[in-house]
Amino acid sequence: MSIDWTHFTPWSSLGGGALIGLAVAVFMLGNGRIAGISGVLASVVNPRSEGWSEKALFLLGLLAAPLLWGAFAVLPAIDVQAHWPALVTAGLLVGIGTRYGSGCTSGHGVCGVSRLSPRSIVATLCFMVAGMATVYLIRHVWGV
Amino acid sequence: MIKLSAFVAGLVFGLGLLLAGMANPAKVLAFLDVTGAWDPSLALVMVGAIAVAAAPLNWARTRRQSLLGAAVQLPTKRGLDTRLIVGSLLFGAGWGIAGICPGPAVAVLLTGHWQIVVFFIAVLAGMYAFTRLEAWRGQ
Repeated sequence: MSIDWTHFTPWSSLGGGALIGLAVAVFMLGNGRIAGISGVLASVVNPRSEGWSEKALFLLGLLAAPLLWGAFAVLPAIDVQAHWPALVTAGLLVGIGTRYGSGCTSGHGVCGVSRLSPRSIVATLCFMVAGMATVYLIRHVWGV
Repeated sequence: MIKLSAFVAGLVFGLGLLLAGMANPAKVLAFLDVTGAWDPSLALVMVGAIAVAAAPLNWARTRRQSLLGAAVQLPTKRGLDTRLIVGSLLFGAGWGIAGICPGPAVAVLLTGHWQIVVFFIAVLAGMYAFTRLEAWRGQ
């Protein structure tokens, strides 16, 4: 292991994390809801789901974030290296996996771990390990 | 008020993702690449988020209603099961292939990157497949 100090951004990552935590707090203290993006997204796709308008507005806020950012500053780089077959495979796995696993990086990784939920801690370990193993296979075994 | 609070929560969440570097798939992959040139930044996103969210979330557990009078809804499932573990492993594999998870996919959907749109449609297809599989199992 070697740490890539040139790309290490401790302060902006910590600050961005704090904003995410603030958003989680607002959604819970205001709306009484867990800000888990995969769950919110799955609900919004179904117009009959409970609390549809609140969840849709949450997603709308998320969509609007780069517009607000862009009004004051240049958007940060968004560098996607994967080609379309990989993007489709990845998306399918993320869609089905987050439904079976009842959550993703936000719902389990932030909200669940904050509550010390054993289910979320296990889920977070699983997706971290699987993500690291996948990158290891793709970059260092297959050398793509 | 409740609608405004939902919108503001989403907006702040998205700004946080952008500032943190989570919206950049290359940075996410560099975080997951622990045996390569590892960029540990994104571990600090979780640290920052949990540091701010932990107290409000745990306080909410003791209440039935939010500050705006909405019902507090927390996950009710307890205990570990195969679905949780296999589902999270599949999600992690997908995350490792493209470096995109659901939050950033929504946040940067309209910034003009076709790859994110393709990924997002595939996520919806995966969620739809889950719904169909569950309906089929339930028959």
